Amino acid sequence: MTLWPAMDKSSHTFSRQHDGALGIRGTVYSFTLVQEPPAGFEGQSPYILALVELDKGGLITAQLTDMDAAPEIGERVEMVTRKLTTDGSRGMIVYGYKFRPLIRQDTPAKSASE
Amino acid sequence: MRVSIIGAGMIPVGEHWSKGIRELASEAGAIALKDAGMTKVDALYIGNAYGATFNQQTQLGSLIAGDMNLNGIEAYTCEAGDASGGIALRCGCLAIASGVVDSALVIGVEKATDIVGAARISARSISLDADFESVNGGTLTAMAGLLMRRYMVEHGLELSLFEGFSLNAHRNGVLNPFAMYRNPLRQGAFAKAPMVADPVSLFDSAPGGDGAAAVILVSSDVAADLVPKPVFISGSSVVTDHLMLQDREQLLTLNAVRQSAKQALEQSQLTIDDIDLMELHDAYTILTALTFEAMGLSKPGEGWMWAQDGGSQIGLDGVMPISTFGGLKSRGHPSGATGIYQAVEALWQLRDEAGANQVPDARAALIQSTGGLGSTVATHILRVFPN
Repeated sequence: MTLWPAMDKSSHTFSRQHDGALGIRGTVYSFTLVQEPPAGFEGQSPYILALVELDKGGLITAQLTDMDAAPEIGERVEMVTRKLTTDGSRGMIVYGYKFRPLIRQDTPAKSASE
Repeated sequence: MRVSIIGAGMIPVGEHWSKGIRELASEAGAIALKDAGMTKVDALYIGNAYGATFNQQTQLGSLIAGDMNLNGIEAYTCEAGDASGGIALRCGCLAIASGVVDSALVIGVEKATDIVGAARISARSISLDADFESVNGGTLTAMAGLLMRRYMVEHGLELSLFEGFSLNAHRNGVLNPFAMYRNPLRQGAFAKAPMVADPVSLFDSAPGGDGAAAVILVSSDVAADLVPKPVFISGSSVVTDHLMLQDREQLLTLNAVRQSAKQALEQSQLTIDDIDLMELHDAYTILTALTFEAMGLSKPGEGWMWAQDGGSQIGLDGVMPISTFGGLKSRGHPSGATGIYQAVEALWQLRDEAGANQVPDARAALIQSTGGLGSTVATHILRVFPN
């Protein structure tokens, strides 16, 4: 299962096929608290930006959300869909992925109920 | 490569509220032409990163050529984010080395003060990966924060260990009339500075600002006939790495720095030990630490050691002087112009015209301009004598 665009290196094409956002887990690899936000993110500031090491391999950049305490490197997290920002004067909402602390360790990685 | 610099000039880095991008560029260009004793050139290469978003202005080649009475010549912008200055120098070198162009004016210019606050931050974030980094609220400083925290945790380091890089930069900036910040940094202040994207603080990150610097390039074969002290560009290399940090082979290894420096040195038939000073892309202390490692001057995890003892090893009379006029941190970082500021500073060092900032017996200088967090790296070697 792939979530985000994957590069087919043999043909140098960039595919945007993806089949589902949830059930992806990882570990916090690094994080920072962004206190000088770019335009469009002022309302969320300060927010935590992180590099998450995915269980399936590789790193991904994403915000951390629903944090009760300060993050820690090595903390277990799971991917969720969240609003990223509002685009333009019409207020079109841009959704994307963030990571929250892994709550239910016992549920299977790909749960239909989520 | 048989390219030489025969003229150079710069304007102070700062907040030039009353001047637009065209004035800044024209001023610096005029100083360089006068320094070379020339009034015309065959081609104009502009190093500029954010003209589109900062100033709503592209086609700077045509704009500035027209303003400088160079109407009609070949002229365009060379861009690679904050490496744009280094890339413009590369474009000029290739043109001269090819023999197609006999004389080139290379101007690095950035006018940041047309835009302020969060809008400026997102205007700069366009040089990150739009689909994977800036879309999530990533900024250049935030990405540096991610690198720095990982580095500190992996190697058990505390913040104050990086202070020497900023202390050294400001010590040299105090002496430089073109520097944006001419204040010394008080020892101990670094670790207490307000955070921007922790652990990267206000005293760690290079200030943006306005500026312009320019050089004149000709073939080395004619340079000595034109000016008494031409400076030779003996090595020129541009290397890229994955733009997004998450795709790097190893997060804390700056492969493009390593490759670019290696190639430029090989072209020059020099080793890093032959280099008397370096103007690095010290936008953040973590980049400086990782650059020393990538250049083979430190083992992985030990690049921070060059900051020890208040930065004495990297001072003007140190083992490896860096940021000799203040670097990005204190001289300032007008994004697309910075690479040319580095070239002019290195030239002044080699011509023995650096004044209070002079590194003794400077004969070979390495200058390195970087886009993003090491995604485009341009390295040039400047020398007093040809190979």
